[in-house]
Amino acid sequence: MSSPRGPKACGGGAVDRQIHVLAVDDSSVDRAVIARLLRSSKYRVTTVDSGKKALELLGLESSELREIPVVIMSSENVPNRINRCLEEGAEDFLLKPVRPSDVARLCNRMR
Amino acid sequence: MALHISSAPPISALHHLLCFFLHDTYPEMEYASSLQRQLASMKKNLFDQGYLDEQFYQLEELQDESSPNFERSCRMNPALIFQKYLQDFRRLDNFMHQLKGSASSIGAAKMKNECTSFREFCNKENREGCLRSFQKVKKEHAVLKQKLENYFQLLRQVGPVDKATRSGN
Repeated sequence: MSSPRGPKACGGGAVDRQIHVLAVDDSSVDRAVIARLLRSSKYRVTTVDSGKKALELLGLESSELREIPVVIMSSENVPNRINRCLEEGAEDFLLKPVRPSDVARLCNRMR
Repeated sequence: MALHISSAPPISALHHLLCFFLHDTYPEMEYASSLQRQLASMKKNLFDQGYLDEQFYQLEELQDESSPNFERSCRMNPALIFQKYLQDFRRLDNFMHQLKGSASSIGAAKMKNECTSFREFCNKENREGCLRSFQKVKKEHAVLKQKLENYFQLLRQVGPVDKATRSGN
């Protein structure tokens, strides 16, 4: 998820305050699902199919990359891995299948 | 038209008269609501028979004007892969893992379960079981694809409808 310039907004704020999410997933179905979930909560969404493409798209220095909040989505329910992601700085870890309630929870947290 | 109101309570006689006028004057209304009923019924069957689960309905209910429609998101398109990986069990298992994930993401319950079954056979290195299960996954995919096509086609016919009406049943 990219940091917006200025106050965060969720649920139909002015465009310049809108959170822009970069969704990365190699599954076309999951890209479509997450985009749908996020757009229905009024996030702006760009999807890419690999981490490599994501980095190319962002084109940022590593110091800037670190500023971007990251949410992990995975079908693997392995507590060690989940904890590791969170310890390494992920904002949240969503277990697939991602549900509308997961995104709503996220939206509240990102205010 | 002769109206025998002597043997019937006045209110029900009026009801029949009103229905007659409504049907004749607004046939489109009758047709539209009949389609809606069909749609609701189809949706309920898909759920009751286990083809789709709650995930599908939750996703469908979301308002999303900007992205490609929900129907397109549901396309899993494994056709190409099925033949290609038949000889290579490890790759087939990886593929099934992905397919299971996709099925799960859109709420395709039966397909998801069949993928799970396949992977169980794979883990036990049960070749015959794998092949049988693989055929079942193919079949489930074909069945679901057809049912979803029918569903979305009917949905298009019903047209933009108040969501409360459609999902209320």
